[in-house]
Amino acid sequence: MEKPDDHPLLPLVARGVKFGINGRQIIKDVSFWIGSSGRTVILGPNGAGKSVMLRLCHGLLQPSSGEIRWGDLSIAAAREQQAMASQHPVLLRRTVRDNLLHVLRVKGVPRSERQALVDAALEQAGLAGLGARAARTLSGGQQQRLAIARAFVLKPKVLLLDEPTTNLDPAAARGVEELIGAIGAAGTKILMTTHDIAQARRLAADVMFLNDGRLLEHAPAAEFFTSPKDPVAAGFLAGELPA
Amino acid sequence: MNEFSSAVAAALSMIATLNADLIEIVLLSLQVSLSAVVIASIIALPLGALIALQSFPGRRAVVILLNALMGLPPVVVGLLVYLLLSRAGPLGSMGLLFTPTAMVIAQSIIVLPIIAALSRQTIADLHEEYDEHLRSLGCTRMQSIATLLWDGRFRLLTAIMAGFGRAIAEVGAVIIVGGNIQHATRVMTTTIALETSKGNLALALGLGLILVTLALGVNAAALVISDAARRRYG
Repeated sequence: MEKPDDHPLLPLVARGVKFGINGRQIIKDVSFWIGSSGRTVILGPNGAGKSVMLRLCHGLLQPSSGEIRWGDLSIAAAREQQAMASQHPVLLRRTVRDNLLHVLRVKGVPRSERQALVDAALEQAGLAGLGARAARTLSGGQQQRLAIARAFVLKPKVLLLDEPTTNLDPAAARGVEELIGAIGAAGTKILMTTHDIAQARRLAADVMFLNDGRLLEHAPAAEFFTSPKDPVAAGFLAGELPA
Repeated sequence: MNEFSSAVAAALSMIATLNADLIEIVLLSLQVSLSAVVIASIIALPLGALIALQSFPGRRAVVILLNALMGLPPVVVGLLVYLLLSRAGPLGSMGLLFTPTAMVIAQSIIVLPIIAALSRQTIADLHEEYDEHLRSLGCTRMQSIATLLWDGRFRLLTAIMAGFGRAIAEVGAVIIVGGNIQHATRVMTTTIALETSKGNLALALGLGLILVTLALGVNAAALVISDAARRRYG
C-alpha cells in the first residue's frame, strides 16, 4: 500500500462514487486514491463529469452512493481546509479589496490581521493597486486571478480549481497558470479540472482521465502523456475525441 | 383659461413664499409616508429574505400571494384599518382613528407587500448566483443573509423607494383613516382632492406640483441609482 505524502488532507480516497441528477447518471462508479501533494489534473472532454467530480470532492454535492474521504476527515470537516474557484468566478458586488475581506470576515480572522492578508493576496495575484476597483469591472483574467487569490488568501491545505482558464485569452490564461504554479510550489495540494491537453501537460504532476462519468486512467503525468494505457485516453490525446 | 393661469400663478407664489399651510401639509405627508416605509421595511426586508432562503411547504403559494398583494387597492386597506380602529372595532379603545398614526398604519400595510416581494426577488436571484461560493466558504445562515442583503443593497434601496413612491401618492387609505382634518391629518393627496372639489385650485395646484416632483423625482432617482450601481458593481 503506497504511503501518501505528509499532508493533513491526504490521501484523497474515493470509493464507488456515483452521482446522478434528474435520472441522468453523471458519475458512474468512480474510485481513486490520490496520495501525492503535487498538482492533480482531472482531464477529459466536455461533459465528462469533471466539474461534478470536483464538486463532489469539495462537498458541494453529495454522491448518491459511495464515499469520499480526505485523509482522516469527513468531507464536511475537510472542506474547512479547502477552497475552490469555479470556472466563472463568482465575485461579490463590491470592490476587489472587499471581496477578499469578506472571506476573512466569514472565517473569523481578527480585524488586525486582515489588511496584511489582503495586501499579500493582491500582491501575489498581480492585482496590487486595484484594491479599490469594483471587482466585476476587472478583465476576465484579472477576475479569475482575484477568485483564485481569494480562495488562497488563508492558505488552505487544498485548492480546487474548475477549468480556471477556459474562458480566458492566452495571455490571461498564462497569468493564471503562473499564479497556480506559485501556489502549488508553496505546498498547497491543487486539484484542478481542464479539457486543455496542453495545459494539463504544463501543470500536471498526475492525471486522472475522466470520460462519460468514468475514470479511465490515473497515472503520473509523464507516464500518461507518453504512453496512456487506456485506448479512449489515447484517442483523446491524439485529438480524436472532441475536447 | 384665465382662471387656470391665475391659479397656476397663485400656486407658484405659494411655493416660492413657503406658504405655511402648504409646508405643514407637505411635511405631514413626508412624515406619514416615510414612517410607513421605515416600519414596512423593518418587517419586509427580513421577511423577503426569509421567504427567499427558507424552503417550506407552500412557499410557492406564499410567493404568489406576496406578489398579488402588491396590487392591494389602498382604499380597501383604508376601509379595513378603519374597521379595526373605529369605536366598534377591536382596536377602537386606542383612539387612533383620524390621527396620523392611523395613516401610518394603513400606508405601512399597503407598502409592506411591495417591499417584501421585491426584496424576496432580489435575495432569491443573488442566492442562486452566490450559493455555491458561500457554501464553499462555509458561511453560516446569518452570514449568508448578511452577504446577500449587502450585495443587494442597491436593488433593495430601489424597492424601498418604490414603496415610498406608492405611499406618498395614495389617497384612498389616508382619506378614510385620517379624515382629512385640517392641521391634523391633511396630507398632499387628500388636500388636492378636497380643494379641487371646493374649487380652490391654487392650493391644489401648488401641492400637485410638489407631489408630482416628489413622485417623479423618487422614481427617477431609483432608476439612476440602479443604473449607476449596475455599471459600477455589476
